[in-house]
Amino acid sequence: MKESRSAFFAHHDPALIDKIRKAVVSIAGAGGLGSNVAYSLARVGIGKLIIADFDIIEISNLNRQQYFIDQVGQLKVDALKHNLGKIQPFSEYIMHNIKIDEDNISQIFGEADLLIEAFDKAVMKKMLIEKWISLFPDKPVICASGLAGYGRNDIIGIQKIDNLYICGDQISETSGSISPMAPRVGIVANMQANLALEILFQDISAGSCNENID
Amino acid sequence: MKILIKVNDNPLEWEKNMTIDTILKKMKYSFKMLVVKVNGELVKKSEFGNFIIPEEADVKVIHLISGG
Repeated sequence: MKESRSAFFAHHDPALIDKIRKAVVSIAGAGGLGSNVAYSLARVGIGKLIIADFDIIEISNLNRQQYFIDQVGQLKVDALKHNLGKIQPFSEYIMHNIKIDEDNISQIFGEADLLIEAFDKAVMKKMLIEKWISLFPDKPVICASGLAGYGRNDIIGIQKIDNLYICGDQISETSGSISPMAPRVGIVANMQANLALEILFQDISAGSCNENID
Repeated sequence: MKILIKVNDNPLEWEKNMTIDTILKKMKYSFKMLVVKVNGELVKKSEFGNFIIPEEADVKVIHLISGG
């Protein structure tokens, strides 16, 4: 196990490994955004992921969420923990089967270096952002807004306001005719994950454009 | 001389007694779920009608849209 753990990290820049292992990232939601963010951060090897969701997997979720047809009916947090463990078992995955509200944000997510907002409903996004900013003004929160439909890669961007980051196009709303689809949800989720790494590693100069990738 | 404020980095002419509601109307921001910061300070929705925008304010408006 120890050998495979070292082998898992063999391709990383050694300067990053300590940061990666000590990092704690909270993810609010385990749907299209959250499951994709979790997959990427687990593959990076982030030391601890704290993930909260209260939903059960439905067959309609499989168009964009990182679950499998034999997991339909399971709690998302249980299925995601299982799937992340199959990717790599060297990180800690702390799962909470709970609906997040203003009163439990601090207790559930407060330990993290940063929070990734991965909710579906705008009203929940707003609640989470406003509460996090007031609780932890110095800890970054990375949100997603505007990711429904397909195409239009070029209008997906990032807005930064102090420690609040918004990934997405801030236009495309999920509605009857425009549903979220795997590629665009995956792009925005991975922008969130990528931005999380940039923030976690910001004081390491070797970071973002490593020329020694083989 | 005109006094300007910035709304998501776009210049907008400042007016006396300007509120967040005034700005949202002028900028034609029609989404319901917004997070607004003025000079780095979070302003709650209940304050949108009476929070007076200072001269040369830096206003950020984020649209929160369902989907995830």
